[in-house]
Order: sequence, then structure tokens, then C-alpha cells
Amino acid sequence: MANTRVHIPQDVSAVACGADAVAEDFAAAGLDVVRTGSRGATWAEPMVEMADDTGSRTAWRNVTADDVPEVLKQGNAHPKCLGAVDAIDWLAGQHRVVFDRCGTDHPLALPPTVALESRLDAAPTALIDEIETSGLRGRGGAGFPAHIKWRTVRDTPAEQKYLVCNADEGDSGTFADRLLLEGDPFRLIEGMAIAAIATGATRGFVYLRSEYPDAERTFAAALKRAYEHGMLGNSVLGSAHTFDLELFVGAGAYICGEETSLLESLEGRRGEIRAKPPVPAIAGLFGQPTVVHNVISYAAVPGIMQGGGSAYAELGVAPSTGTMAFQLAGNVLRGGLIEVPFGITLAEIVEGYGGGTRSGRPLRAVQIGGPLGAYLGQEDLDTPLTYEAMANIGAGIGHGGIVVFDDTVDLAEQAHYAFKFCEVESCGKCTPCRLGSVRGKETIQTILDGRAGPRELTMIRDLCEVMESASLCQMGGMTPIPVLSAMERFPEDFKR
Amino acid sequence: MTIAIADFGTPAPSVNGHAADSVEVTIDGHPLEVPAGTSIMRAARASGLDIPKLCATDNLKAFGSCRMCLVEVEGRRGLIASCTEPVAPGMVVRTQTEKVARVRRGVMELYISDHPLDCLTCAANGDCELQDMAGAVGLRDVRYAEGDNHLGEAKDESNPYFTFDPSKCIACSRCVRACAEVQGTFALTIDGRGFESKVATGADDFLASECVSCGACVQACPTATLMEKSVIDHGVPDRTESTTCAYCGVGCSFRAEMKGDQVVRMVPHKDGKANHGHSCVKGRFAWGYANHKDRITTPMVRESTADPWREVGWDEAIDFAATRLKAVQAKHGRKSIGGITSSRCTNEEVWLVQKMVRAAFGNNNVDTCARVCHSPTGYGLRQTYGTSAGTQDFDSVQDADVIVVIGANPTEAHPVFASQMKRRLRAGARLVVCDPRRIDLVRSPHVEADHHLPLQPGTNVPLMNAFAHVVVTEGLVDRAFVEERCDLESFEEWVEFAKSKENAPENVAEILGVDAEELRAAARLYATGGNAAIYYGLGVTEHSQGSTMVMAMANLAMATGNVGRRGVGVNPLRGQNNVQGSCDMGSFPHEFSDYRPVTDEAVRTEFNRHWDVELDDVAGFRIPNMLDHAVAGDFLGLYVQGEDIAQSDPNTQHVEAALANMECLIVQDLFLNETAKFAHVFLPGASFLEKDGTFVNAERRINRVRALMPPKSGVHEWEATARLATALGYPMAYSSAEEILAEVAELTPSFAGVSFDLLDEVSSVQWPCNETAPLGTPIMHEQAFVRGKGLFILTDYQPTPERANRKFPLLLTTGRILTQYNVGAQTRRTDNLAWLDEDVLEIHPADAELRGLRTGDWVSVASRKGEITLRAQVTERVAAGVVYTTFHHPETGTNVVTTELSDWATNCPEYKVTAVEVRPANHRSEWQERFSERTRVQALALPTP
Repeated sequence: MANTRVHIPQDVSAVACGADAVAEDFAAAGLDVVRTGSRGATWAEPMVEMADDTGSRTAWRNVTADDVPEVLKQGNAHPKCLGAVDAIDWLAGQHRVVFDRCGTDHPLALPPTVALESRLDAAPTALIDEIETSGLRGRGGAGFPAHIKWRTVRDTPAEQKYLVCNADEGDSGTFADRLLLEGDPFRLIEGMAIAAIATGATRGFVYLRSEYPDAERTFAAALKRAYEHGMLGNSVLGSAHTFDLELFVGAGAYICGEETSLLESLEGRRGEIRAKPPVPAIAGLFGQPTVVHNVISYAAVPGIMQGGGSAYAELGVAPSTGTMAFQLAGNVLRGGLIEVPFGITLAEIVEGYGGGTRSGRPLRAVQIGGPLGAYLGQEDLDTPLTYEAMANIGAGIGHGGIVVFDDTVDLAEQAHYAFKFCEVESCGKCTPCRLGSVRGKETIQTILDGRAGPRELTMIRDLCEVMESASLCQMGGMTPIPVLSAMERFPEDFKR
Repeated sequence: MTIAIADFGTPAPSVNGHAADSVEVTIDGHPLEVPAGTSIMRAARASGLDIPKLCATDNLKAFGSCRMCLVEVEGRRGLIASCTEPVAPGMVVRTQTEKVARVRRGVMELYISDHPLDCLTCAANGDCELQDMAGAVGLRDVRYAEGDNHLGEAKDESNPYFTFDPSKCIACSRCVRACAEVQGTFALTIDGRGFESKVATGADDFLASECVSCGACVQACPTATLMEKSVIDHGVPDRTESTTCAYCGVGCSFRAEMKGDQVVRMVPHKDGKANHGHSCVKGRFAWGYANHKDRITTPMVRESTADPWREVGWDEAIDFAATRLKAVQAKHGRKSIGGITSSRCTNEEVWLVQKMVRAAFGNNNVDTCARVCHSPTGYGLRQTYGTSAGTQDFDSVQDADVIVVIGANPTEAHPVFASQMKRRLRAGARLVVCDPRRIDLVRSPHVEADHHLPLQPGTNVPLMNAFAHVVVTEGLVDRAFVEERCDLESFEEWVEFAKSKENAPENVAEILGVDAEELRAAARLYATGGNAAIYYGLGVTEHSQGSTMVMAMANLAMATGNVGRRGVGVNPLRGQNNVQGSCDMGSFPHEFSDYRPVTDEAVRTEFNRHWDVELDDVAGFRIPNMLDHAVAGDFLGLYVQGEDIAQSDPNTQHVEAALANMECLIVQDLFLNETAKFAHVFLPGASFLEKDGTFVNAERRINRVRALMPPKSGVHEWEATARLATALGYPMAYSSAEEILAEVAELTPSFAGVSFDLLDEVSSVQWPCNETAPLGTPIMHEQAFVRGKGLFILTDYQPTPERANRKFPLLLTTGRILTQYNVGAQTRRTDNLAWLDEDVLEIHPADAELRGLRTGDWVSVASRKGEITLRAQVTERVAAGVVYTTFHHPETGTNVVTTELSDWATNCPEYKVTAVEVRPANHRSEWQERFSERTRVQALALPTP
């Protein structure tokens, strides 16, 4: 098998499972090793791919260094062989618009930038119209229509406008941003360059959480290459457009994933919520009109431009159009990133892609939308994953994190954790979040200790009303969601 | 809350000079019309609908953290914070609904779950917004079990004036925001996050931190967390009087909060037009001197300075003084006596002293302490523009695009105006600082000068001439302005002068010690950066070319069209509370009030008629003439009102020799100051808390000073003066300060419209206030210069003879610090000593190393005039070759070193340039030893209590 190319992810999820040693051994065996991003099948990492003469690839899952000789020897006959990559159900069933390239090549291999090239001369408003047609909504959690932000920034007069990319991916169980930054950084750069042309922004910042050192390295290198190849700078791909993009690494605060805190932090101040109005699209970074989007929102743009807004809009279930990168984690057999059109049911994700719990015990709860998302039960699993259907059952999609629990989970403990999380991560600016999180945690503790009665449950409900309706931002405002959903769906756990 | 004042919660929307559109909204069923951009909270509160609030207050930007002000807005989901939400047309707001009430109570329950329940014994009981709001929202129960809290946090009592008790903190950030937005010091922050969030200073405690103790945080605090110690000691005040601070020329308005006739705290007045609710450490806190044990409240007399003082009644004191003065005049002639008026006293008090000198002494030997500070301002601006005063109001700075600060250190000397200036700088105005020292404005949090020109002391004039050169040679003259507003002949001459190579930046760079290109850039910025305003201080005037420099700045402002509207101008930052007023009152030997020459027959005739006396038509002595003649032996009687020339005037040993020669020295003061050690009569003065009258601040603003209590001596200062004049044979019968001001108004055109009634009605006016400007004049020279056409005057540079040489290789320049005030008579008798209790010598590390000096070492500073010893502070604030100190402490004797060189036009002393040598020292100087001995002897001369 000499001269065969072997693709081994250098994504953190693969490296954590020993991918580096695997790569070394393949190289030592004389193979041409290409380190790639991850395709997102974290359950299969390190997932090793080899290409034949026609370029079609075969994959092996969970390859360890010890496996290398046998894989080389047995090839497709090796028990860990997944067969042709294109035929792996877990991947083939997905519809990838954002992650289509991720994991296929070295992250710094300069990809074609067709979408950007084709739009260099487009009228900015035409670009915004295209986004409006696509129905793209913010993928960070709030699901706000992207075109409204773009148009607001476009139409707000200012000498300087900014794009900010929120890569402060702090929700437990989520990793889509990281996967893309480590696997296909140029997708984000291209998406932001198009957004820059559309909005008139000439400077952009990617705000990356400090806990992603690999993503930082990869993205910084990609930025350098992008400048070298003229994708960024004074004349984007030789056009009259200027777009400068910088990487900014945060300092480890969950709250800086909230857009106004992020802007404060980016301006060099303490990461603390700003009251809105004004919204960032009118007065954002340094008081200037600013588009703030999550990584995936920007990264969806090239795909939309390439395939057309209407084609994108045909995906999903309007008004939840397009695809969503769900991230399946927790007690699940086959976790990973699943990019599919909106409308798939939770059951299809959790049981279909996920294959049920890893422990093999019955599934009891699913938390969707990060640590501030709702706890759902078996009865909710047939709900389609759209913004609207989720809202109907008191849940949200958020950034697409789905965490699975089996029947050993204690939902009162989880409610306690929700308050605790809020206590630890609260910026401390507003009172409901700063004090409410602590009082909530303490009150639930009395429930856990069996010292509580109906009075305490009422106090929790009252507190949740205060936090939900009085908090300055969604940190405190959404903490009641996991708490109340747990109390509502799993009341037995709160009676001790 | 008897003394609470209206707080609209959020500032009025900023409208940039345009009238805002108005918006119609309905709040709780009331249709309202408010300016666009107004918050719901402000709209509601302005119409009497009080929405609860804790983190909001109307001198800080809306913050939205306390969540007490939530309301419902029709058509909007959830609850809306009324402080951060601006009104929108047609908005329908409900401030009181069941849901709103429930949630507000829930938030309050959280607050109280982490707050001590000691209201009855709390210092803020009755003056606590948290307490009020708990009542307003009807909190009846805190259901949470005792949990994590901050109740055990330790108090910080390091600041002498206020305590910080974090156990009572509700983390509203009002203190942090006040420090940033109002004061601009950024000494406070919130440390930690979430439940751990707490107010922190970045140092071990408040005193050790960058806090300048302005008290804005204390004022902003809605609870007892930051609390005046005076309130802790005396309880919450129950009544309030409006008055004016008696420290610097900013002239801050205050509400004196009192209990009986005791002041409990001073709170800057929100409606004060000079300070807009802000103050500094001196104005707010350092008024304790008024009750200091050193105050002398009984008149005293003595035959000679070798005798002990004798306490006497007022009648005897006045008789004694009158008899002595008459004897001096009888022996040495009518012109052998004179008086000095005080810039610390009211216009009314000053008016009577100058009147007494002219009418009762029968000569014009009256001068004022402005002689030693801003006399060149009066002269220079009068020559060029026609008025002896600055051109703007303070608020004008908000329209400045370029601010040039020359020889002034506003953050130390005019702190409240500095805060306003820094606010404008943070909003984007550009800054040029011309100062030998790296003053705070050069670089401090969120403020950085675009250009700092660290010129050598004494080189202001070539600096300005170089600015002029750049403006003229680079085509930056505002021709339209000049042609319309200025005297063209003088302009053309000035252009020729400015053009000359001699004035080119490249030519003067070496003299100044400033990079030529930097200088050019600064000049271009001034001329082309939009509205450009010059602010200057004693670093301009206290030079032998002080008047030249004032005129050079005036020329430059005219040439670039930077006079006559908001945002521009030539702005003297005048030093003392009433230095403008004391000059306006006719305190100079050659001028009656309004700067009209005593030689002007028409004016004199008017005074003669009004005062029923034949006034002298010859100008009298200036202070330095008085001193020289005293030494010579033919000027031997002097009435000194509230000024300590023995400490403040240059060449102390010369002043002492003059004073020692006096046959009758009358000192009217609060304390037995250095001058009084040479006196024969001591007339106890009244502190500003006891005075009734008016002060004029640096922006020509006439403010009311109100007596909060009767004078401790039983006699008003003006009354003492009137009685002396009467005893001298010129009867003065006034029943009140108001009556005196009426006389001022009658005899002073620019005060014609001023009266107590007007000031009580509109709080303050800027002169000219007369028939054409019944409410005063914020900006001067708007249509035309007061003198007609603006006059350009050539400003040749004549260097001072005081130069560094081998024997005296360093240049000493002097100034002030924030916590002390001038000769320190007041501030040294307050807890402001906690910050710095001595004068120190700033010296550059290179000069220090050469002399083997380290910070804290004793050093001798010797000039051609004298020698003193003080401690060194090694710092790069001063440039190499320059040393700096203050003159707050008499035992230092800073002015023993300074020379009697002075401004060519006005005799303003050249305090800012003295050639000295600095050496390590291990003993006090000879003068300091003599000083100690005199102090010891004079202390023994005081009556024992």
C-alpha cells in the first residue's frame, strides 16, 4: 500500500483518542499522511481514511496505534473498517452545507472560493436579499433572522462598521464552531468576507474562547494564508473591497458568549452585559454598527451563495429553513456532529444517529440547547427539530447541542446544576442572575436534602418568574428553562 | 427624606444643540410629550410617576442592572427596563401591574436576602434608596433561608472622610460609574463576577488607591455602603442651604446639608452651572478648618511684634487700628499706608476695602492678590479683546474639538472643570498639553494628549510665536474672521512678525527643548482641528513675559478664528474662588471697578459724587512697590485682608523685611498666618460658611455665598472694614451685603443688572449683566470684540534674566497639588493631610543620580535669593533640568527661593522660573531655623485660652 494517502484527523476529538500516534505509525510505515479536520463522527475517532487511485475513500473507525499494522495488512477486511466513506450511513444521511468540506482535507489547504469570487461585483443589497431569501437565522442560539442584522448595519450611517464572529462556544456538549475552525477555517473567512461586502464593514474580529488552543492555532494560520492569497486585506481577491479580519482570544468567561458581553470584552473591558437598546447592529463594537454572528451563521453564507438562497430555503421547514449542525453528546452511543435540514425529530437524532444510550440503559432525558436548554423526556422525542415546534414544548434549539441521559439521572440534581452553572458564569451585573442563581441553588439544595416542601417549590417557581422576566440577558433569563422543565416533566425527582 | 432632590433616573437625551423632536407616549393612562431619546423612566418621573429604581440616577448613563424599574409596554413581550428603553411614538406604558409588582418584589426579596437588617441603627436610615424602594414595592417577607452572603465583609475606613462598608453593597455600580463618568478617574471597578462581584479600588484600600476622594461615589451610593463619616457621626441632616465653594476659581455650587447651625455634609448642587453636581475633595470634604481650634475669633492688638497679643473688644481694636493708621499718615504722609484685598473674600467685602483705601486712606494704594497670579490675564486680554476676563463659560468645552492646555494642571488645581474637560476628551476631542511637567492629562485612563510639548520653563512666548509662524506660513489663517472682526493694520504687522525665520519651529526648538515637527503638528491641529480652545493657568502668567504670552495666545486665537462662539476661546483657569471678582471690584491701584482708570476724570467724578469724597487721580502702589517702599521706610501702614503675603509672595526674606518695618500692620484673617506674625492688629475674619455675598468664578459667573451661621467673631468682615473706615473719619453705614452689592451695581456697568434678588431667582449669572444682557453673558465677543476690532499685538520674546548656569544649573518651577490649596491655611487644617503632609521636590532621575539622591532624601534647594531644605521625590514627571515643588507648607518656605523678577506689564512675579542648585542636605536651612524660632515666639505671644 506504498504511496497511498492516508487521512487522519488532527481535530482535538481525534487527537484526544490517540490520532497523533496513529498518524506517526502510518507515516513510519511509509504512507503519505494528510492531517485533516474531523468529519464530526466523534464516535468513530480517530477515523482513518485511505484514498484509492480514483480518489474514493475507505474509512476505519477508532483506530489505535496498535491497530495500524493490522489495518495495513487486512485493509477492508479489518473489523474496524467502515467501508467506503460515501456509504457510511451516519454521514451519508446528513445534508451538509456548512460542513461539506470539513474533514476531507488539510484545514490549511486553500480551497476554491467560488462563492466569494462570484459575488465580488454583486450589489450589496442583492447579497442581503439572497440571505433574506434563504431564511438564514442566527445559529448561535437566538435564531434571529440574519438579513435584518445585515440590512440594519448596511443602512446605519457610520464611518466604520464591523463584523464580529462569536466563536466563544461555551455551551456544554457543543463543538460545531470548534470543528469548523479546526477543520475548514476558510469557510468562515469566506463567509465573513461576503458579509463584509454586503454590509459595508471593513473590519472584522473572530472572538475565540481561550479553551480552544488548537482552533486558535489553525485559525491564526488560516488568517495568515488568507492574507497571503489576497482573500483579506485592502483588495479582497483583487476587488475594490477592503476587509481586515483579526483573531481575538477571550479570557475564559462563559458570559462573553453573550454578544454584548463579548463586545465589551473585545473593547478591552470587563465582560459584562450591555443593556439593549441600542442593538449592536446600530451601536455595537466601539459604538459602531456591527453584525454579530455565530461561526456557523457566517459559515453558512458561502453555501447559500453558491447554491442560491431559494435552494437553501427549500431545506428544512419554513420558517426554520436550511440545515442545522446538531451536536449529539452525553450518554449516547454514536455522538458527533449531524448537519441535517430542520424538521428531523429528536428521536431520529438520538436514537437513529445516536443509537440510544451508551450505557445501554433506558433513555430518560434529553437536554437540548446547552446548559440553559430544556430537559425533555421520552414523550417529547417525536417533536420535529424546528424553532417553532421546540418553542411549542417550552424548549429551544439554541446552538444545537443535544445531551442524552439514561435512567440514572436525577433531575433535581440537574436543576441544582442549572442554578450552580448560572452562579458560576453570571457576570454579576443584574440582580436576578447575581443573587437569584445562588438563592435558587440553595433552595434546591434543601429539596435534595429532603428538608423542603411545597413552599420551596413555590419559591423556586417565583424565583424563576423573576429571573425569566427581570434578568438583563439570557444567562439569567434562561436558567429557569432547565429548572422548570425538569420540575414539570420529572416532578417525582423533586419529592424527597 | 426631607432634603431629597428630584432624580429623573437617566440623563436628558443629548441633542447636540438642536431641539429634539418630541414624542407622544402614554404612561399609566397619562398622555405625555417628551423629547425623543428620553427614557421611559425619565419621562415618567418628570411627570411625577415614580418608577422604582436603584442603579439609575440622572447624572449617570442608564445601566440597567438593578431590574427594579421594569414596566410593561403594550405590544412588547415580557417586562422592559424603563431606564434603558427610550420612548417611542405612541408607546403605551404601564408602570404598575400585578406582574410588575410581583417581579419587583421578587427582585427586592433577593436584595434583602443579602443585606443586613440593621436599618434602625444604620447611618443611612432615612437617607437610603434601598430602604425606600423596599417600602415602595411592598416587600413584607424574605423567604430565603440564610445562605451565602456578604454580611461579614470588612469595612474600609482608610479615607478620612468616608467609609466603605461592602456588607451593605448592592453591586449597582453607581460608585464605579460615577468615578468613571463623572470624575473620570477610573479608580473603582467591579472585581470578580457573579455573586463574587464587588467594588474594588485596585489597591489595598481607598486611601492607597488612585481614588482622588472627590466623593462622587459617596454621593452616588444609594445605600450606606459609601458614607460620609460626618453623617455617621452626626446623623442625617435635616435642612439645606445653597452656597458656593470658597476654594478654587471653578466656583462650585453646593447644598450645605445641616442640622441646626452645624454643617453635616456638603453636597455639590445639581443645578450648579459651573459644576453640575460634581465637586472635588476640597469642596466636598475639606471645610473642617472653619471649626479648627486655631481659628481666632476675638480681635487682638499689640504695641509691637515683640509684645504678646492682647484680646480686646471690636471697638478697641478698631480704635487702635484707626489711631495707628492716622499716626503713620501724620508722620509719613497720606500715601504711606495702603491695603490689600483678598481674592478669597466676597465682592462686597473687597469692595469696601478698596473703597476704604481710596476714600478713607485718601490714596489709591490698593492692590490684590491677583497681582501675583492672573494680573497678566487682565492686562493681555484687555489690550487685545477689550475685557479683562476669559471668553467662555465652562460648558463651552463640550463643543471644543481641540483643547490646548498651557501651563495649567486642571486635574490638580481645577479638578471639577478637569472632569468636565476629560469627559469631552473621552468623547473624542483632541488634546495638546504644553507643560514642562508630564501632568496627568498627558496620559491618564482614557485620556491621552495627541501632543505633549514639554517646554523649558520660561519659553512660553517663543512657543506661541512658533504656533503663529506655522499658522501664517502654512496658510492656516482664518482670513474671513480676521477681516471682519480684527484691526487689519495690526494684523498685517503681526503676520510680518510671525513670518520671521526667528519664530520658525526649527529655530525655537532648541530654546524650548521641544521637537520642531511635533510643534508644527500641534500648531496645525490647533488651527485646523475644528473648534479649538486654549485653557491656561499660572504657568502662563507667572513669568516675566506673562502679559506677552497672554497676548500671544489672544493673537493666535483671533488669527485662527477661535473666538466668539462656543467651543473656542482663550480661557484663564483662575486660581482663587473670587480672584475674578476681586479684580472686577476695582482692587488695582490704577483702576476703579470694571477696569476703568483712576485717571479717567469722568469715572472719577462719578465716584466722587457717589462717595461724597475727592478721590486721588494718581495710581497707587502695587504690592511689590508697597514692599519696596516699606523696606525704604516710607510706606509703613498696611491693611491685609485674607492674604498671607509672607508665605505666598516671592522672595520671602524681602517680604519679611518689609513687614518687619511696618508701624501698623492690620491682618484680617481666620488664622494667625505668617503675615500676622508681623502684625499689630488682628481682626478675626469669617469663614465662607459665615459669609453673605457673591463670588465671581473663572468664567465670570457671579455666584451667591450664603451665611449658614453667624460669624464666629460676631462681626461680618465688611462690617469690620466699614467700622474702621468710619473711625478714620469716612463714615460707612451699610446694613447688609445686599446693600453693598447694590452700590457695586450702580457704579459698575458690567454688574449693573446684578442683585441678590436676581441671583436668588436664577442662581447665577455671568457678567456683563446689564440692560443688554439681563441674564448675563456666557460667551464674550460673540458679535464683535468688546474693544471694537480685535487688536494684534507683537509679542517679541525677551528671555528672563533668571537663567540656569554652572552655579544654579536647574530650573525650579512651582505649583499646587489636589489636596492642598495655595498657602494651605485651610487645607492644612483638615484631614487632607492624610494624602501628603509636606512639600516635596520633584527631580528627574538623571539629575537625582548625578547628585546621589533618592526619593525621601533631604535636599537643599538654593537660589540666588535663599535656601530651603525639603524631601526629594525622584520622578520622570519633570523633565531633566527642571525641578518642581509646591508652597503649601509655611515651614518649607518655598518662596524663600523664588525671585522678585516679574512680568514687565503687571509685576506678576516669576514664580515659575528660578535657577537653583539641589544638593543632599542633613539640616534645615538657616531661614527655616529662623522661621521655627519666630513661630515658637509668636505662639507664646498668643493669649492662653
